[in-house]
Amino acid sequence: MTILDFLPNLLNGAWVTLQITVLSAILSLILSFIAGLGRISNVFLIRSIAIAYIEFFRGTSILIQLYWIYFVMPFFGITLDAYTAAVIGLGLNLGSYGAEVVRGAINSVDKGQYEAALALNFTKFDMYKRVIIPQAFVSMLPPFGNYLIELLKATSLVSLITIAELTYEGKLLIDQTMQTAEIFTLLLIIYFLIAQFFSYCIKSFERKLRAKLDRKVANG
Amino acid sequence: MDELYWDWDYTKEILPDLLDALHITINATLIGSLIALILGLVFALLRRSKYKIISKSTGFIIEFVRSTPLLVQIYFLYYVFPDYGVDMSPFMTGVIAIALHYAAYMSEVYRTGIEGIDNGQWEASIALNLSPYRTYKDVIIPQAIPPVIPALGNYIVAMFKETPQLSAITVLEMMQMAKILGSENFRYLEPFTIVGLLFLLISLVAAFCIKKVEKALPKNGIALK
Repeated sequence: MTILDFLPNLLNGAWVTLQITVLSAILSLILSFIAGLGRISNVFLIRSIAIAYIEFFRGTSILIQLYWIYFVMPFFGITLDAYTAAVIGLGLNLGSYGAEVVRGAINSVDKGQYEAALALNFTKFDMYKRVIIPQAFVSMLPPFGNYLIELLKATSLVSLITIAELTYEGKLLIDQTMQTAEIFTLLLIIYFLIAQFFSYCIKSFERKLRAKLDRKVANG
Repeated sequence: MDELYWDWDYTKEILPDLLDALHITINATLIGSLIALILGLVFALLRRSKYKIISKSTGFIIEFVRSTPLLVQIYFLYYVFPDYGVDMSPFMTGVIAIALHYAAYMSEVYRTGIEGIDNGQWEASIALNLSPYRTYKDVIIPQAIPPVIPALGNYIVAMFKETPQLSAITVLEMMQMAKILGSENFRYLEPFTIVGLLFLLISLVAAFCIKKVEKALPKNGIALK
């Protein structure tokens, strides 16, 4: 068989890979903000929960987390289908890394900005929403971009809990054709291309956002 | 739900096997990080080569390895090596795959370290007529590496957390052992949880040690004697 014969199956797998990447990226982005802001909260309980979540998911292995969610949760009466388990597992894992990005970016916003918001009598919510987060967001983008690539790579692991994404489709094709070198090379190239596409998108988004922020500052 | 309890007898029964497998996990991490630490430096230096073809192609290899999944790289080496007559144990194949993957990440760390060296140091080496080899060995590397030790350490911890992927090519590390024990006894709760806790414990201790090292290192470069 030639490369052209492999492509339809691999592209199907790539489509599943993309879906899982995007869904778990959205979940992890939400968790990043919740846990990142929780991490700097004044309330001891919220801070502790955020720290526990971050340390737990950063400290253990993503494959174990996936297996745990997929094989152990049923013991507690929570049975998730593989697809949901994959999205939740990846989202929870990357969210814990993203939380540190959010925290770092917020901490790096100049002190004067906080003081100005205080002087203008902003509520805490308004201060974060209108002053701190928009500025911090620009510096979050490059690390988020890196984590998006990490997430894309981590999706290959969900083949081990039987999801027919790109790696899984590749392995199936190998079982049928034994053309190991060709198919694994193709897999690597497809992952590489998706990753390049993602980092291109993130970079142009970052450029746009930066320009917009600069314009806002210039116009007052 | 009669499964909803933690079985301590079962825990006692499987713990020795899991601890044996922990040895393999740790061996893989240690051998892998040794290779990655050396290879990463080689990549970083090749990337600085004055020959465009070498620096450009090294840059491409680093980018390629960094943006493709480790699991596929492990499969690639495991299934493709034998076709070319390279016969290695799954353990060694897996360790080489992980080491290659992290060498790509570490090379970027070394690069930041080297780029952080003041221009004056290069100029002084030229003035002293040092060869490029001696410039790197005696002037640049000794100053470039200490500040990046914590970052390198973080990658070793990250590498440790990726070793469960070796189970995909039948290496009997902790994850594989947990899977085997779980399927033998139809109970995954204890083996998977214990493995998770062991990983958590070791990562937290390692992260704590890295923080200590970070504090012990001088902030701006190393003190000159």
